Amino acid sequence: MEDSVPVNQKIEHQELGETGRPWEETVTTSQKPELGLSEALELEQTPGTGLQPRSSPPGTPRSGAGTRDRPVDDLVGQRSSFPPSSSQELPSTLSPLALARQDFMAPSQSDKTTSVTSEAETSHFGHLEQLSDKGGSTPHQICQSEGNTFHQPQQTKYPLHDLRDVSHTTSKQKELRFDIFQEDDSNNNYHLDQPESGASEVAPSMLEIAIQNTKAYLLKTSSKSGLNLYDHLSEMLTKVLDQRPENAVDIIENISQDVKMEHFSKKLDTLQNENEMLATYEIAEKQKILFLQGNLEGSDQELEDEIAEHALPNIMESAFYFEQAGVGLGTDETYRIFLALKQLTDTHPIQKCRFWGKILGLEMNYIVAEVEFREGEDEEEVEEEDVPEERDNGDSEADEDDEDELPRPFYRAPQAIPKEESRTGANKYVYFVCNEPGRPWVKLPAVTPAQIVIARKIKKFFTGRLDTPIISYPPFPGNESNYLRAQIARISAGTHVSPLGFYHFGEEEGEEEEEIESGRDSFEENPDFEGVQVIDLVESLSNWVHHVQHILPQGRCNWFNPIQKSEEEEEEEDEEKEEEKGEEPDDIEQEVGPPLLTPISEDLEIQNTSPWTTRLSSNLIPQYAIAVLRSNLWPGAYAFSNGKKFENLYIGWGHKYSPDSYTPPVPPPVYQEYPSGTEITEMDDPTVEEEQAFRAAQEAAADSTEENEETEEEEDEEDDYD
Amino acid sequence: MDAESLLLSLELASGSGQGLSPDRRASLLTSLMLVKRDYRFDRVLFWGRILGLVADYYIAQGVSEDQLAPRKTLYSLNCMEWSLLPPATEEMEMQTSVVKGRFIGDPSHEYEHTELQKVNEGKKVFEEEVVVQIKEEKRLVSVIDQIDKAVAVIPRGALFKTPFGPINVNRTFEGLSLSEAKKLSSYFHFREPVELKNKTLLEKAELDPSLDFMDSLEHDIPKGSWSVQMERGNALVVLRSLLWPGLTFYHAPRTKNYGYIYVGTGEKNLDLPFML
Repeated sequence: MEDSVPVNQKIEHQELGETGRPWEETVTTSQKPELGLSEALELEQTPGTGLQPRSSPPGTPRSGAGTRDRPVDDLVGQRSSFPPSSSQELPSTLSPLALARQDFMAPSQSDKTTSVTSEAETSHFGHLEQLSDKGGSTPHQICQSEGNTFHQPQQTKYPLHDLRDVSHTTSKQKELRFDIFQEDDSNNNYHLDQPESGASEVAPSMLEIAIQNTKAYLLKTSSKSGLNLYDHLSEMLTKVLDQRPENAVDIIENISQDVKMEHFSKKLDTLQNENEMLATYEIAEKQKILFLQGNLEGSDQELEDEIAEHALPNIMESAFYFEQAGVGLGTDETYRIFLALKQLTDTHPIQKCRFWGKILGLEMNYIVAEVEFREGEDEEEVEEEDVPEERDNGDSEADEDDEDELPRPFYRAPQAIPKEESRTGANKYVYFVCNEPGRPWVKLPAVTPAQIVIARKIKKFFTGRLDTPIISYPPFPGNESNYLRAQIARISAGTHVSPLGFYHFGEEEGEEEEEIESGRDSFEENPDFEGVQVIDLVESLSNWVHHVQHILPQGRCNWFNPIQKSEEEEEEEDEEKEEEKGEEPDDIEQEVGPPLLTPISEDLEIQNTSPWTTRLSSNLIPQYAIAVLRSNLWPGAYAFSNGKKFENLYIGWGHKYSPDSYTPPVPPPVYQEYPSGTEITEMDDPTVEEEQAFRAAQEAAADSTEENEETEEEEDEEDDYD
Repeated sequence: MDAESLLLSLELASGSGQGLSPDRRASLLTSLMLVKRDYRFDRVLFWGRILGLVADYYIAQGVSEDQLAPRKTLYSLNCMEWSLLPPATEEMEMQTSVVKGRFIGDPSHEYEHTELQKVNEGKKVFEEEVVVQIKEEKRLVSVIDQIDKAVAVIPRGALFKTPFGPINVNRTFEGLSLSEAKKLSSYFHFREPVELKNKTLLEKAELDPSLDFMDSLEHDIPKGSWSVQMERGNALVVLRSLLWPGLTFYHAPRTKNYGYIYVGTGEKNLDLPFML
């Protein structure tokens, strides 16, 4: 820039003619705190001959001044209040300012630098006007007065402000002109020529336009930091003027850096704070909704109250009793679960609801609610699962028809055992889970016998997300929600017990086999239950009975006959069924007293240890103690009873206890796909000896033929010779 | 967990489901005070509860001035009368490793285990079946020791090491920050370091010798044997061991509350690799 400036200046000089020179020199020689001033002054000189944009870097004015005459030393003297050294303080701003000056047709208006500049410009202009005798008019006078004010101590910002106000109106026009000016000097010259020839009235507007251009330039936002020079300089000067440091000029760079740093620190703070606490607040918000929902009950309160009484159990009471046993989730957490259950009963048509327990997972836990819907309010998803099964069967049949030519495999996939109807057997209850009280409840799908069968063979931790796939051998048909449901079914069947007599069968049924086959799966609360002594409950396991149907190895509670066979075979199977039932006590088979529910004393032992541990909750105050039952087969399953009331709960990982380590099942042997008969015989590959023998035989045969040929040839030859 | 903050600690650890009944809690509060006075411990920790078939063992540990010195273990059946257990030895551990199954709950119960032992008689070597009797007390001692060595957890910064050697409680420990609390590397095994020497120089350069003098949980085998969860929003971080199910470590970030408790059957989960 600096090198080119003298060239430009020369060009401009030539264009301007000589009249402009002295003014230029005055402009250049005057040292303003912001070099823009001097440059503006340069431009100002042109109005007499037309303001011409000059691309002279700030440094050049001095050098220019040095090289040129100094006719207007007085002007310089007047300007001496501005520390000359300040011109070098803004090297970065100089070149842009120089560019800006190119656009100065009229006194440009820029705050701070340019405002001072404009002041100088206007003052210079005023002087120039006077000198050039262009005719005074109000603008000149204004300029003059501004020039006078300009001489006032420059440390006060007020004159700067005044100019700024004046210049604001015209600043908008500058942007466009700025661009135009940059492109074409000749155009500028043209513009300049116009006011040049025009009256002095036009000149101020040109000055204004130039000021506006400069200001617009200074307001341009940096692409890197988002700051703009205008604001930065104003902030800097504000700081300087507020603090009034000594030797401000020496520390002005530091002040500039400090001002820039102040911009950044604010943003970081807000980011950090927001990230950290968000999750806590989220949960708190959700749980707040739980607490507030009570206030939203409308006019249906009466109806809902009736049902709600039955539906929502008194969890706090059960929690109190469990706490006596040393089991529980803590009072606050239990209360939140209570509220979450209330929310569940409010949103779904639920007949009965019970807090089943909590299953721990790797990432999140599950809170499980056991629910019974009102009559007729069942979900309709049952049919969907049957349909794909039928389709599969159809497909396999079609394939078999097409491939009649190929040998037919013996293999027939075992028919899928249909799952039990809802409200019966393992699907008697519907289960809802949520990860934390406050989160939405998710309904678990009904369980199929296949899932139970395979769940018995695998042992996997729950992750806490319902859609996690279960990768195991044997492959589990489903994802985590199915596995969870299967485990819940197994735990319920294995550990839900009640004191003897609490439940009984509603109707009288005989002990006929047929009815045993169909299974007694309905029971009712015994209204005549008078309670069992707590001591009795602790001492003898026969005082407790299972009230959930046992799950057969098939995976169902009620036997399903998968194969349609003749009557004889059915009878055989019946016998088998009964035998099985004898081995694994069905809930309803054995009778002990009036209720027909199996006492837990009949449960199988685990390697000589009883499957249940009974305890009195407190040895110190036995009068009010309750009986606590702890399952050894499913660690985490508890039941308590104070004689009249009872409750079951499960809190644990969801796995069965086995003293031996888990061993994954072995894959079955390879199935023989088709019979080996005359048509299809798999031949063994020839052994090495056989191959060699064969090859030798071949070679021998080849040799013999060769020999024959040779002899023939020889004979032929002999013949020929003959 | 520290006996002094027993109630709060039990509340915080209640997420695992197993806790203490009110009468046990009340008895513990009083009896642990007496234990601390009688045995002149610096701190008494309530270690946990081992569930037996007939009765449960309540275990407490006493810590002396040096936090990493071997702790004295006491057990009680009723939370009132405490008996000191002998320190664990390797021989004990070998003997009791053959015993499987649940604890009975009677410390004098003896497990019978038949072993084939080689007996030298003169020049003949033949095997005899020897019935070895192992007392449950021994088994208790070795199980507690195994659990301590394997899964006792302490957050980083809770203890500090002085140049003279003894390890002290860090009174300026204000709790882990939220981002640190979610990482396994901010928790250490509460035992003498085993793997620290195997670290490369590069890793050691980043460690602070006064705080990082124990093994972190990060490199435990098998990977994933710890479950880290945030409960109550982000107000509580709970670590559960999957290798010894029943061990729960809790810490409320940015507070000084932390501790671990074991409530379980006292059996290692050997099926862990299948379950992950």
